[in-house]
Amino acid sequence: MGGTERTASEKADFKRELTEVVPHLRAFARGLCGRADMADDLVQETLLKAWAAQERFQPGTSMRAWTFVILRNAYLTDMRRNRFRGEYDETVAERILTAPAGQEEPIHLSDMHRALLTLPPERREALLLVGAGGFSYEEAATICDCAVGTIKSRVGRARAALNTMLSDGSIPKRSLQDDAAHRAILEELDDVAAGNGIAARS
Amino acid sequence: MNSDKSVMPSPRGGSAAKKDGKDPEWANGLRKLYDSVVDEPLPDSFKDLLEQLDTKD
Repeated sequence: MGGTERTASEKADFKRELTEVVPHLRAFARGLCGRADMADDLVQETLLKAWAAQERFQPGTSMRAWTFVILRNAYLTDMRRNRFRGEYDETVAERILTAPAGQEEPIHLSDMHRALLTLPPERREALLLVGAGGFSYEEAATICDCAVGTIKSRVGRARAALNTMLSDGSIPKRSLQDDAAHRAILEELDDVAAGNGIAARS
Repeated sequence: MNSDKSVMPSPRGGSAAKKDGKDPEWANGLRKLYDSVVDEPLPDSFKDLLEQLDTKD
């Protein structure tokens, strides 16, 4: 790898911070790719890449943002190799997420998850970062290597789509396994991936 | 004058989140979805992997 060797204590700090973000990496990955087992594979891959690239981490900056970039790039690469098909994990199926008063049908975790997975990947990741991960638009833009305005527009479209799906109950059943939908997603991924390349070039 | 309540459906039962133009119900669900994974106990495979990192130089 080259670069300056880190001292033992710097390595220990790095590892501690890396350990702390693992739950967040798992949550982000789960949202991105749907299936828990695949998400965890992705996180393991991310941890190994992050460890190998630790000289490039600037101490004092956000470990979560830095590792999310690596995870995202690994995800895009794997997606394009067709490893993930946005498969939906049935084991989460019947856990009730929220049961708003005055609404006959509660929103299930499964509904939310499925609706999320029908979004184009770039909107899904933008919404996950801002709406779930609590990143600012600026931070999300850095992670996705795009303009702040782009992130805002992606989040806005994602929200509008979820509004429609979740309030009308019009969540597509399994659109991601539909060939045409899947192809369309892969084409979008090409666009997304064309602008990547902050960390973890492999 | 006659404030017949035909204009506004009464928000009885309180789905208040919607009407102040703030986040819809599901927005909170999105965070719960994320947090539910963050709060999961870490599988052993991750502990093993993290332990092995030190020997990976």
